[in-house]
Amino acid sequence: MNTIVYDHTIAANQSWSGTVKRGQRLRIVDLEGQQAVDTLFYAAHNFGERYSAQDTLRAQGAAYIGKGTQLISNEGKVMLTVVADTCGRHDTSAGACSCEANTVRFGHHTRYMHACRENFLVEVTKHGMSKRDIVANINFFMNVPVEPDGRLAIVDGISAPGSYVELIAEIDVLCVISNCPQINNPCNGFNPTPVQVTIFDAA
Amino acid sequence: MTIISADKAAMIAANRRRYEELKAAGQGASKPLPLPPPSDRALANRLESNSVLQRETIPGGWYTTFALKRGEALRLLNTSGTPGVSILMWNADDTSERYNAGDTVKVQWSAELRKGRVLFSDMGRVMFSIVEDSCGAHDTLAGGSTPDSNAHKYGDASLRNTRENLVLGAGKHGLARRDVGPVITFFAPVAVDAEGRFVWRNDIVKAGDFVDLRAEMNLLVAISNCPHPFAPDKAFAPGSIEVSRFRAPTAKSDDLCRNATAEARRAFENTDPLFTMGAST
Repeated sequence: MNTIVYDHTIAANQSWSGTVKRGQRLRIVDLEGQQAVDTLFYAAHNFGERYSAQDTLRAQGAAYIGKGTQLISNEGKVMLTVVADTCGRHDTSAGACSCEANTVRFGHHTRYMHACRENFLVEVTKHGMSKRDIVANINFFMNVPVEPDGRLAIVDGISAPGSYVELIAEIDVLCVISNCPQINNPCNGFNPTPVQVTIFDAA
Repeated sequence: MTIISADKAAMIAANRRRYEELKAAGQGASKPLPLPPPSDRALANRLESNSVLQRETIPGGWYTTFALKRGEALRLLNTSGTPGVSILMWNADDTSERYNAGDTVKVQWSAELRKGRVLFSDMGRVMFSIVEDSCGAHDTLAGGSTPDSNAHKYGDASLRNTRENLVLGAGKHGLARRDVGPVITFFAPVAVDAEGRFVWRNDIVKAGDFVDLRAEMNLLVAISNCPHPFAPDKAFAPGSIEVSRFRAPTAKSDDLCRNATAEARRAFENTDPLFTMGAST
């Protein structure tokens, strides 16, 4: 049985956080397509243990997140496993946009535009954490190919409307999401749109 | 198919137009400078002894920390040709600001770090400039060794590793585990193949390779001398490295790293004001 225990639409540009218990599945749906979903995970009972992009990539020996990827914590523990993915490659090396980095990438006139790290900071501080706790995140539905010569670029989102990823929690986790507000590059098709999070009880 | 209103379509078109204009500007007048070839290894012998402020040999497997002021630089001299030296740095004046691997590769459109590139903080500022580099093969994607990676590679989780070294380095300055995030590993020729797998390029790192990192803000730096987890060494036997802190003039207006890209120029414009108006020097 797939019992829905939680269902929520994150409006364009907005943030969300919620707990996924061990054995539950988290589905993230890109409702309208081409929408980057910046995501962090923390062990629900010890926020000092959190998703580690470098541990995850090292452990799987490959540079992108996809079906079968085990998301590894900074303490070497499997936090979640990607069990379904209708999109393909997801990035975890390019980080989240910020007001400060936007000035460097797009010009000083972009300083006062909403950004993912604003969303992250608002959300983690609700749980007693601070900027120090914001680490390298996963960018679901964002495509950042790393070329054999090292070049990389954020290219147009490849996810179609209704694309989704599904993860099963191996421990209780706090999930923090920024529904990416970036309009200065193609990661959201220049048009941020809502995404849906659904949590299912153990099958 | 989602129906979008005329207003929204106009907004999307305006956003795309602004991006295309920025992209055109980036490829026109402010085109990135071509980067120089790797530094000559013999340059490593030519550090003026009167400019050296501190010098330390880090044995294989160990770590140390350095405090640098703006106007100083750090030389990592790979005397033994050991495969990988990981570092992590924090703004000494506000340690919540730290190295950001994502911005470093994203902003410069490249995971290939070499002479002329800069290392970014999470605040849109430059922490280190790579002012000399004889190796040009460094990893900022896959991270350093951990108890798990050593167990997997050497069958022994108790061996010294980068994660715990950096936790210790951070801890010696009152920082905690949560201050230890993604790292950069020098002398680690990790590439990504067409399938997305990591590959180690053999015969790139040589004994005598060095990197000079100029501090663009006051920094705390933790250095871990442990082999990269993808290095092909079968037995754990890292060699020592020599680290020097030395005087280095701040970046002038025609500086290579400052001018390599329009992005670097803007990042320096974000960094320089920390050192005006009587801020710490």
